[in-house]
Amino acid sequence: MTSPAVVQAPPAEQRAVVDGPPVARPAALPEARSGVAHLVPVVPSSTRRRTVPRWVRRPIGPLLLLLLWQVAVWTGTAGTDLLASPATVVRTLGHLTADGELGGAIAVSLERVGKGILIGGIAGISLALLAGLFRTGEDLIDASVQMLRTVPFVGLIPLFIIWFGIGETPKVALVALGVAFPLYLNTYAGVRNVDAGLVEAARTLGLSRFGLIRHVILPGALPNVLVGVRYSLGIAWLALVFAEQINANRGIGQLMMDAQEFQRTDVILACLVVYAFLGLAVDAIVRLLERGLLSWRPAFSGS
Amino acid sequence: MASSLQRIVTPVLDPEPGIDPAAEAGLEPASGYRPPADPRLAVSVRGLTRAFASNTVIDRLDLDVPAGQFVVLLGASGCGKSTLLRILADLDTEIGGDVRVPARRAVAFQSPRLLPWKRVWRNVVLGLPGRPDRARAAAALAEVGLEARAEAWPKTLSGGEAQRTSLARALVREPELLLLDEPFGALDALTRLKAQDLVWRLWRRHRPAVLLVTHDVEEALLLADRALVMKDGVIAHSVDVDLSRPRDVGDPTFLALRADLLGRLGVDAPRSVA
Ligand SMILES: Nc1ncnc2c1ncn2[C@@H]1O[C@H](COP(=O)(O)OP(=O)(O)OP(=O)(O)O)[C@@H](O)[C@H]1O
Ligand SMILES: [Mg+2]
Repeated sequence: MTSPAVVQAPPAEQRAVVDGPPVARPAALPEARSGVAHLVPVVPSSTRRRTVPRWVRRPIGPLLLLLLWQVAVWTGTAGTDLLASPATVVRTLGHLTADGELGGAIAVSLERVGKGILIGGIAGISLALLAGLFRTGEDLIDASVQMLRTVPFVGLIPLFIIWFGIGETPKVALVALGVAFPLYLNTYAGVRNVDAGLVEAARTLGLSRFGLIRHVILPGALPNVLVGVRYSLGIAWLALVFAEQINANRGIGQLMMDAQEFQRTDVILACLVVYAFLGLAVDAIVRLLERGLLSWRPAFSGS
Repeated sequence: MASSLQRIVTPVLDPEPGIDPAAEAGLEPASGYRPPADPRLAVSVRGLTRAFASNTVIDRLDLDVPAGQFVVLLGASGCGKSTLLRILADLDTEIGGDVRVPARRAVAFQSPRLLPWKRVWRNVVLGLPGRPDRARAAAALAEVGLEARAEAWPKTLSGGEAQRTSLARALVREPELLLLDEPFGALDALTRLKAQDLVWRLWRRHRPAVLLVTHDVEEALLLADRALVMKDGVIAHSVDVDLSRPRDVGDPTFLALRADLLGRLGVDAPRSVA
């Protein structure tokens, strides 16, 4: 076998001009380079100047909004009986937390949403796997799911009340239903879009059908499943808020209903803040999950 | 002996589909074909047919590859080389005829096809029986010069590194038959030369039978014991490359063989050698 000619490295002095350290470069050199006037310099990212770090820049927008809201209440643009000021909301949050009312309500609501997510998640993912992995499963399941998903699930509330009464069951069922569909759709798409070349390669490695599912198809579908998880968790909170309007005798929803009766906008706003923070917390958990499970993926993090 | 080979498929065009008890018992099939009494075969194909709808790509093809032989398969684009390789890899079973290959075989494709969610070393030992064996992976990676990248994610490998990983993954199975479908096709010229050299050294050490598909006649003649030209659905030409190794592209016999093969591939005026 012939070996190709080795490419000669440039002589040392020639190289120094190309990649010598910038500090050692004589000050006159840039001017000495002619014919570069039309070129654009590539700036190393380490020297790109960041005046304000990102963690400082990010919260500025929301803080400005809060300030605007506070000013609006102070100046009377928004009456205090219509909209409580941020300061009042914070104080109310303090009271509600102190007397344990809020903690209890959160626990009840979390239980509802947790049960719903669990039931809906298991149903959505297992149906999707059955439909994605087996031809018979697809024939039996997919058409029905595709048909049912066009029904807006919130519209099922009256039916659920007739079926399940006004206890916990219709609330959990509504959350489960809201969660199941996005999870099903994303998982199914994930399974079906696994790279056929990888499946083929894995088959030549002698993987069994089970090994193929475990090592190739499930990990290949995982990014899609996680997209489904994030989306469906968002839906879960939405479903919870709707569900808790059904005669809630406990939970955050009940706090809000009571507050509505007494025109306590501060309590309503405090509850909304709690909903928002719970949603944020869950989103953060999913992000962590993604980072752990998808660490193999070189992610684009923006610039 | 062909009876040591596994009959991988129940041909769908067989008049009597179903499991052939004779073949199951390791006996020769009833087709009347008698395997030659000479050394063991790594591939034995008789009357292979493959059609896509009305397009018959492989038409009653016969092929024997002795154990340990390095065979290169040439042919015009679209003549069915990949199709044949996929059949030998048991990836395509919509066939007629009788195909026998060893149970231990491995494939490397034009693209490396590594699982991006498994670290390099886990990719290498994927599918081997038992627990993932780190030491075994390390040994295979060392053979292709990649022991340092064992813990890397496949997406961080260069094209050549990924292709070498794919080779390590094939070799760790200690195949009796190694199927390579243009494994160097996507590599730059320099990396390609190194990869050819690597394949040749690995072949010399492990001695699997190799079936390498390529478009490069020079590559074929540098590596092969035997060069095949595929045309009209059959092996139209087979030539033994009786040149000592390492081979010299300037050797007159080499040049004559090259001109002959290029002619058979429909390239009339051989390019001049640099
Ligand atoms: N899945 C398929 N469905 C229909 N036709 C196919 C399919 N796979 C291959 N063919 C046809 O079979 C013929 C042979 O294809 P094949 O991929 O084996 O060619 P090849 O010799 O490997 O070509 P190349 O050198 O370009 O890779 C082509 O005409 C192709 O269009
Ligand atoms: Mg091909």
